[in-house]
Amino acid sequence: MSTVTLPDPDRAVMARRNEVVKQLKKLAPKAVVIADLEGRRTFESDALAAYRRLPLAVVLPANTEEVSAILRFCYENHVKVVPRGAGTSLCGGATPLEDSIVLCLSRMNQVLEIDAANRVARVEAGITNIAITQAAAAKGFFYAPDPSSQVACTVGGNIATNSGGAHCLKYGVTVNNLLGVRMVMVDGEIVDFGGTYLDAPNYDFLPLITGSEGQLGVVTEASVRLIAAPEGARPVLIGFDSANAAASCVAAIIASGIVPVAIEFMDRPAIHVCEHFVPAGYPLDAEAALIVEVEGSEDEIEYLLEKIEDIAQDYNPISMRRSQSDEESALIWKGRKAAFGAIGQISDYMCMDGVIPLSALPEALTGVSLICRKYRFDVANIFHAGDGNLHPLILYDANDPGQLERVELCGAEILKLCVELGGCLTGEHGVGIEKRELMYEQFTDEDIDQQVRIKEELDPAWLLNPGKVFPILGRGALKQSMDLTRLDAAPDGLPPEDTLVDEVEFDVEYIEGEERL
Amino acid sequence: MRLGFHAPQTEEELSQIVLEAAESRTPLEIMGKGTKRELGHAVRAGAVVSTENMKGITLYEPTELVMVAKCGTPLTEIEAALAENDQELACEPVDIAPVMGYGPGEGTVGGLVATNISGSRRILKGAVRDHVLGVTAVNGRGEIIKSGGRVMKNVTGYDIARTLVGSWGTLAVMCEVALKVLPVQRESRTLVFFGLTDFAAVEALCLAMGTPYEVSGTVHLHAPLAARLSDADLAGNGKAVTAIRVESFPASARYRTSRLREALLAYGPELELDTDRSQTFWKDVRSLKMFQGTKHPLWRVSTVPSKAATLVGNLARKVDVHVAYDWSGGLLWIETPSLTDAAAVDIRRQLAEFGGHATLIRADAAIRKETDVFQPLEPPHDVLAAKLKHAFDPLGLFNPGRLYRGQ
Repeated sequence: MSTVTLPDPDRAVMARRNEVVKQLKKLAPKAVVIADLEGRRTFESDALAAYRRLPLAVVLPANTEEVSAILRFCYENHVKVVPRGAGTSLCGGATPLEDSIVLCLSRMNQVLEIDAANRVARVEAGITNIAITQAAAAKGFFYAPDPSSQVACTVGGNIATNSGGAHCLKYGVTVNNLLGVRMVMVDGEIVDFGGTYLDAPNYDFLPLITGSEGQLGVVTEASVRLIAAPEGARPVLIGFDSANAAASCVAAIIASGIVPVAIEFMDRPAIHVCEHFVPAGYPLDAEAALIVEVEGSEDEIEYLLEKIEDIAQDYNPISMRRSQSDEESALIWKGRKAAFGAIGQISDYMCMDGVIPLSALPEALTGVSLICRKYRFDVANIFHAGDGNLHPLILYDANDPGQLERVELCGAEILKLCVELGGCLTGEHGVGIEKRELMYEQFTDEDIDQQVRIKEELDPAWLLNPGKVFPILGRGALKQSMDLTRLDAAPDGLPPEDTLVDEVEFDVEYIEGEERL
Repeated sequence: MRLGFHAPQTEEELSQIVLEAAESRTPLEIMGKGTKRELGHAVRAGAVVSTENMKGITLYEPTELVMVAKCGTPLTEIEAALAENDQELACEPVDIAPVMGYGPGEGTVGGLVATNISGSRRILKGAVRDHVLGVTAVNGRGEIIKSGGRVMKNVTGYDIARTLVGSWGTLAVMCEVALKVLPVQRESRTLVFFGLTDFAAVEALCLAMGTPYEVSGTVHLHAPLAARLSDADLAGNGKAVTAIRVESFPASARYRTSRLREALLAYGPELELDTDRSQTFWKDVRSLKMFQGTKHPLWRVSTVPSKAATLVGNLARKVDVHVAYDWSGGLLWIETPSLTDAAAVDIRRQLAEFGGHATLIRADAAIRKETDVFQPLEPPHDVLAAKLKHAFDPLGLFNPGRLYRGQ
């Protein structure tokens, strides 16, 4: 059982499945159309694998014109469309519906142009994030947004969710690096927004499209900013004996006028899991660690790292290690970037994605610990400290009936806490189906109505990625569900809340004896 | 509703005014202090609503790089508060008031966000839009809506906050904005080149942007414009001025300018401005000093940098223009003679060929009445603009005709 309800499918559309498949093959002759059961199963979920629905068919078009023909057909025949890139969404942004087709852009993965003079790359939407940088590297440029899944995720998906990553503290997220898109509207019309220049005419649709989770149209091409690669970059790894000290150190670094290219925070459980997975020399005796990276020439890097180390001294670091080589830098980052995979080796987990104001960090970490303890889960925290984007990884057992619902309720409570602390429900993963019913925690009726009105102007029949982003159960549905669990009443012999300790000790035995990759 | 001038002090008062306007179908002209009132098409409204009384900084957390302010807060107040903590609005907003006949710094933060007129540092740090984190506004139904928040990353729902940026008060009336701010870079150094052709200048500027030295300003000024600069050496040289800026901590700025100088040796950098002179120069650019003191029509054109010199060359064969190339050629400020259409037909003909768009910033009322101030929209953009307008302001109450006639 889970807390997420998917919309009831339209049986009449499902009954027309064979006809839909036949028409799709005819309309888009270069497309790959997957209609068999086995093939469709591959696409029945995204990275939020707890939710699966077998789509009517999967179509992998070859070009924008085919996307247009497919959308026009679906529009005229009232067939729902779930756009998809690589399917790496952690919030169910690409979960199909039984009466929908999946429109997968992964075959449209070409670099169309690298324009060094104007610092722009034009790419097809199905290209992976990392491939843009690989294509631009020879000319000395890179594409800045770097989500952890950048090896797999597509730029179209990045646009759908306004993805960020570790280095976005300095370079911004997708919307800050996007100059233009070619998008197919729900009725098949092909529209260019923005271009290869810096300002868009008309209303600026780019920020509206970016992060709209594929609900306003299907992006098929993008023009993105290229940035000249720095001469070099190096991190320092600093261990602290408390999360508070680490958080205060982050604030002091920023107050000093330095904006590092990345500040990553790991708590004790995360340090242990990552070190076990990739022996990078993380401080195992620390309660929290920061990876602070700066860029520039060798002299500039030395100067900035020294300054950062000076600032850190005021917060009684228990260890401080400045990377001495590219290899060492790579190792330090490898541990951090492998964190999600490392934890996946030892347990199922639910990766949350809330944001808090940095000043609320100590309160947030204590709150996360208490909430997880209340729901009887272990938790590891890894996040982008520069911008307050928390990623509590709640460990649970997917094979134990009932745990999925409990972990979802636990996650929901954490996200509510983020909003209460002045933050928001999601910083980079999106709302999808996962946080849909929590939208009222952050928004009023009027706020949500305003967003819905935009959706209804551009997609009146709600054919594009329906069932995502907006609550379908109505105000308070999840809250009601949470009340019903009566966890505050300490079920099943849980200790009363007031006896809980402030910090949860991570059960390190979890990882003992596991094979290291 | 009561006609005339309304300056509410709270969101609730503003909401009430909009509700009354909706009831009586009274169109409203929306403004802050009105410094950009003569920019864009004239508005035909039954009443004016100003946000000038909704002012004050409501939150400033220097260690989180965030400031929240009411929209009527003067930009000077925002910048003074930031300066106390060695921080600033990194997009270096253009102070357009002086070229419109107002005093420097008279605009409000709401006006800045509503018009999204970013300055020279946009090439490195992003546009005004990129620094907006959240907005509270009143829509055309009189509803108080909020979007975004005060944190750096937020993808909860559609990004209405950034969509309102640059909408010229036609979608909703913004009441409060949350902005990302950044530390001031103490050292500013500028390499100056004299007498480069437009082609060579743009080439040098684009080359500079392709280096790893984090160039934060790239501008090329035709000689008659350079003559209006504050710096006597630059103004008195009689030649076009091309400038490239680096900002960082002192040792880094010096290192980076020296490397840039080597990389651009072929273009002959002739002068290096120290921090004081560099800051004076870029302050001139920011306040469009080279276009002050005249009343000639002034255009703001966004285009592809590498095509800019050809575009201007073609234009110059038809019209006598003075041009400032900012953003390494991606932004052109074009002063034209006072022709009946302010050279709109010629400029737009070039843009049709090279890509980009043009906004008429300054012109006599008679010219603005007869000329499209903003880039005319091609289908299907006109339809999409109308849909977006309808989603926010279904009765068409806000700034009717400001952006496009009939809207």
